[in-house]
Amino acid sequence: MIDMKFLTKTRRLNRSLLGDIGLFLVLALFGFFSAYPLIMTASNAFKPLDELFLFPPRLLPRNLTLENFRDLRELIGNSWIPFSRYFFNTLLITTVGTVGHVIIASMAAFPLAKYRFPGRSLFFTLVVYSLMFAPQVTAVPNYIIVSGIGLIDNPTAIILPAIASSLGLYLMKQFMQQIPDELIESAKIDGASEYRIFFTIVMPLVKPAWLTLIILLFQRLWITDGGSFIFSEELKPLSYALRQIAQGTIERAGTIAAVSFIMMIVPVTFFIISQSRIVETFSHSGMK
Amino acid sequence: MDTNIQASHQLSRMQLLKKNIKKSKHYYILMAPYAILFFTFTVVPVVMSLGISFSYFNLLEPPKLIGLDNYIKLFLEDEVFIIALRNTLILAVVTGPISYLMAFVFAWLINELGPKLRAFLTLVFYAPSISGNAFLMWLLIFSGDTHGFANAYLMNWGFIDNPIQWLKDPEYIMLVIIIVQLWLSLGVSFLAFIAGLQSVDKTLYEAGAIDGIRNRWQELWFITLPSMKPQLLFGAVMQITTSLAIAQVSMQLVGFPSVQYAGHTIVTHLIDYGTVRYDLGYASAIATILFLIMMTTNLVVRQILRRIGD
Repeated sequence: MIDMKFLTKTRRLNRSLLGDIGLFLVLALFGFFSAYPLIMTASNAFKPLDELFLFPPRLLPRNLTLENFRDLRELIGNSWIPFSRYFFNTLLITTVGTVGHVIIASMAAFPLAKYRFPGRSLFFTLVVYSLMFAPQVTAVPNYIIVSGIGLIDNPTAIILPAIASSLGLYLMKQFMQQIPDELIESAKIDGASEYRIFFTIVMPLVKPAWLTLIILLFQRLWITDGGSFIFSEELKPLSYALRQIAQGTIERAGTIAAVSFIMMIVPVTFFIISQSRIVETFSHSGMK
Repeated sequence: MDTNIQASHQLSRMQLLKKNIKKSKHYYILMAPYAILFFTFTVVPVVMSLGISFSYFNLLEPPKLIGLDNYIKLFLEDEVFIIALRNTLILAVVTGPISYLMAFVFAWLINELGPKLRAFLTLVFYAPSISGNAFLMWLLIFSGDTHGFANAYLMNWGFIDNPIQWLKDPEYIMLVIIIVQLWLSLGVSFLAFIAGLQSVDKTLYEAGAIDGIRNRWQELWFITLPSMKPQLLFGAVMQITTSLAIAQVSMQLVGFPSVQYAGHTIVTHLIDYGTVRYDLGYASAIATILFLIMMTTNLVVRQILRRIGD
């Protein structure tokens, strides 16, 4: 700790009080720009209706209320599909999707990171290239393929492409590269199979990367509304249902805020809990 | 004789490859589930999209080959596509570099703060990109009536007399999309930069000081940037892809279609033909153009970034 202080002292070049104040102002200004809409979203969720349209808008509610959430629950209770059903659909899609992604992408990342074999670099090049275009590019053929396999109106239509997300494989492979080869070699000498090495040695070591893959895919699946893949009302995910409720007029403003708050708080909480390990993963994200 | 040796040489190379493949059996098995899904939902679709783009296809009848007709129509007859192309390029040229710089500058600024403050600011800057549809709060900020925060403040302070129709006036639509997109843009690349800055070898700075590095800018240019080149490349790929694929923000804030197509982008045009009009051949032609733009931009920028600090 003392060493570190010494280090930063020697390498703090040209720092002045004025510079520090400037730095503080820039961070405060942009921090406010970044946080303001989120704070308003959260605070509006707990404001009574008359406070929502006050000017100037209040950053914090004066009379904290759960009215909006009660209204939301009532609206939900009136829908002809029980709300728990939407929740279950989203739970299914996010759980199966993220767990499947972590396991299947890691399984592929392990040989790519640790061994040389024919086809390895070609395959990884394809993965890197696939990071260079957005998934929208393949939306049309994806629809044709999914309907060809007969997965339309089936949650798997959302889950399977998500499992093959290339960003996750890329990050996992980069992260696995730092595992010392000796660890794997010694396990091999002990007679462990590749599969055993993967599940008992490699996977526990890359836990930080799991969390990263989980949050990146979770936030994508969490907001999916089923798009053109899911038609049946009883298979639609939560964000679809919430959006239907939110598509209301001005008197629904409070409920809309409650909905946005729910959609926001889950991924943000997850990030807060796992932040340090997620950042750790990205120190290996570099590209050549 | 020569050819014989060559043939046997080749044979042994084939045999070697075969042996190698056989030896690597377990690796292929581990990769199989991912590879199957990756090919089915990423590689094959790219090829298919190119193929379909040369046809007329509405999903009900079998595709009919029409050559380059879709592309000709796109560039010569479809005025909306030209608007979409222009908007997409403007959005990318503005939000791409700015958000990339923002991601780096903020990562750099918070890098020297204490760990707690750093973690807090990381959350503040990163949170918008994972907050689901919280960006809809901007609907309230840019609402066209006098209750919209932007209007109310501007009128209160006397900058404007009448409320501005931020989301409906073609003059302001792009501005709104740019602001909200920048708000959303500190994502994966921001995290990569934070991590990259943390892992720069600290002894390099000491060595640099001895070698005559005098100020923070020299330190940044000669030590920090070159040491985190891999993260910079990764961040660039992420940012380029995102800034060329802007669609959700446009559709949900200024509408789909937006007034006079002022917020129309290549992706919204693609969605229009793909999921509304079911002209899949035409949609695929749009997708192919987008694919080419994204790949070219990425490969060119990659070449440029590789030269950093050289």
